[in-house]
Amino acid sequence: MGVSRRISRRKFCSASAAAAVTALASPLPALAQSAARIIVIGGGFGGASCARALKQIDPKLQVTLVEPNRTFTACPFSNNVIAGLRSIEEQKFGYDKIAASGITVVALEATTINAAARTVGLADGTSLAYDRLVLSPGIELRFDALSGYDEAAAAKMPHAWKAGEQTLLLRKQLEAMDDGGLVVITAPANPFRCPPGPYERACLIAHYLKTKKPRSKLIILDAKDAFSKQRLFQNAWKELYPGMVEWVSLSQGGKVNAVDPATNTLITDFGNHTAQVANVIPPQRAGRIAAIAGATDNTGWCAIDPVTFESRSAPNIHVIGDACLAGAMPKSAFSANAQAKTCANAIATLVAGRSPAAPKLINTCYSLAAPDYGISIAGVYHPKNGLLADVEGAGGVSPLEASRDFRAREADYAQSWFATITAEVFG
Amino acid sequence: MASALINVPARAKRGDIIEIKTLMSHIMESGYRHKASGEAVPRDIITSFTCRFNGAEIFRADLFPAIAANPFFSFFTTVTESGKFEFEWIGDKGFSETASASISVE
Repeated sequence: MGVSRRISRRKFCSASAAAAVTALASPLPALAQSAARIIVIGGGFGGASCARALKQIDPKLQVTLVEPNRTFTACPFSNNVIAGLRSIEEQKFGYDKIAASGITVVALEATTINAAARTVGLADGTSLAYDRLVLSPGIELRFDALSGYDEAAAAKMPHAWKAGEQTLLLRKQLEAMDDGGLVVITAPANPFRCPPGPYERACLIAHYLKTKKPRSKLIILDAKDAFSKQRLFQNAWKELYPGMVEWVSLSQGGKVNAVDPATNTLITDFGNHTAQVANVIPPQRAGRIAAIAGATDNTGWCAIDPVTFESRSAPNIHVIGDACLAGAMPKSAFSANAQAKTCANAIATLVAGRSPAAPKLINTCYSLAAPDYGISIAGVYHPKNGLLADVEGAGGVSPLEASRDFRAREADYAQSWFATITAEVFG
Repeated sequence: MASALINVPARAKRGDIIEIKTLMSHIMESGYRHKASGEAVPRDIITSFTCRFNGAEIFRADLFPAIAANPFFSFFTTVTESGKFEFEWIGDKGFSETASASISVE
């Protein structure tokens, strides 16, 4: 009796499930019946996270990750490489695990996008068709923004704002500098990749100078009057590197208009600075493929819908990470990862013919003022008036007054965060 | 604390056209903003900038609420003799700042 009852219940369940599928299937668009094709361009924190999230949410989706580099070199913690505290090898990650998870990895550059035909042209002349496209191209450095600062100048005055050879070049220049030399970092106006990055870099370079070349100085020439975690950084400069770090704000004449690579000179409206080591962080815009796709606006960045991350100007194309204008959300690896998951959920929902719900996103940025001195800022964001806005009262920054033990713990959390996010995305 | 930045060439040839740059740090609060409580933020702007050379006015500008913080001026003049440029910024709430720079003309 028991057996027969079980069988009948199972029959009932499978019959009702079939009925449900039939009832649901008819009103859906055609692409929901076959597996939707999603292409993700860019294999950094945003793109790789999005490809994996898509596959996890719906294993039936055909997910392709287009990324010409076989190895990804991460920017978070690359300031430690510059300061001689870390090997660049620890920044490198491959795509083997991503390929093994059922994602097609195409190691070619995407060169064209036909938004009407929904195809991506690749560097070898072939093309791929998509139902939805995700762009996570990161940044392009604007070599037209500072007079004299072009790609050739970057070989003399490194930006080190894309991790890799540039990171090592800046490291080598610091190693070669005499004790008593002047290091100058130029910081751009907002928005740019990693808002606390220039100031963390100043700290960690100062840490190296204090340890190895204590008569040296570091000046930050800034195109802004305020920056992320400002008081925490300024306190750290006073506490850890007294007399060594000087910040020149916009209203103090800090905006660099031009550079002379022949003499390593940085030119402002009110004076010139000649550096032994000049680290020029130029203004930026969305990675080139975003403009090719027609997803950029006159700012050079990509306006997006804050619920789906779909481009405001290019239908069926979503933009995540540093390339998008995410309102109050900063351009960070953490943000890119959070946006990737939100976008993947939205795409899976859209291809199933439903409307995605409004998301909440989190960002946390750790910075190191010294190897054992961490500070952080966290925020929660939600769509409001067509943009991502701060959730009032959520998030916060490290306290201004804290013990060195507290700062050391935050430095540990920073290490743990990096290990966690890279394991999730590439491991 | 207000502070002026001035860029005037230290020397020039008689008849040269020179560029003068100035930047005065100032919040330039427009008067059109409101606090979260709804209370208006009072206007606080620089209203006038003047440059004199050896006592004679050579450049003047009136400033208005739409001008951004830290007003930056760049202007040109012809130099005929050595002397002193004097700069003056006047604004709301009794704001008044001066600066000067000398030039030697050959």
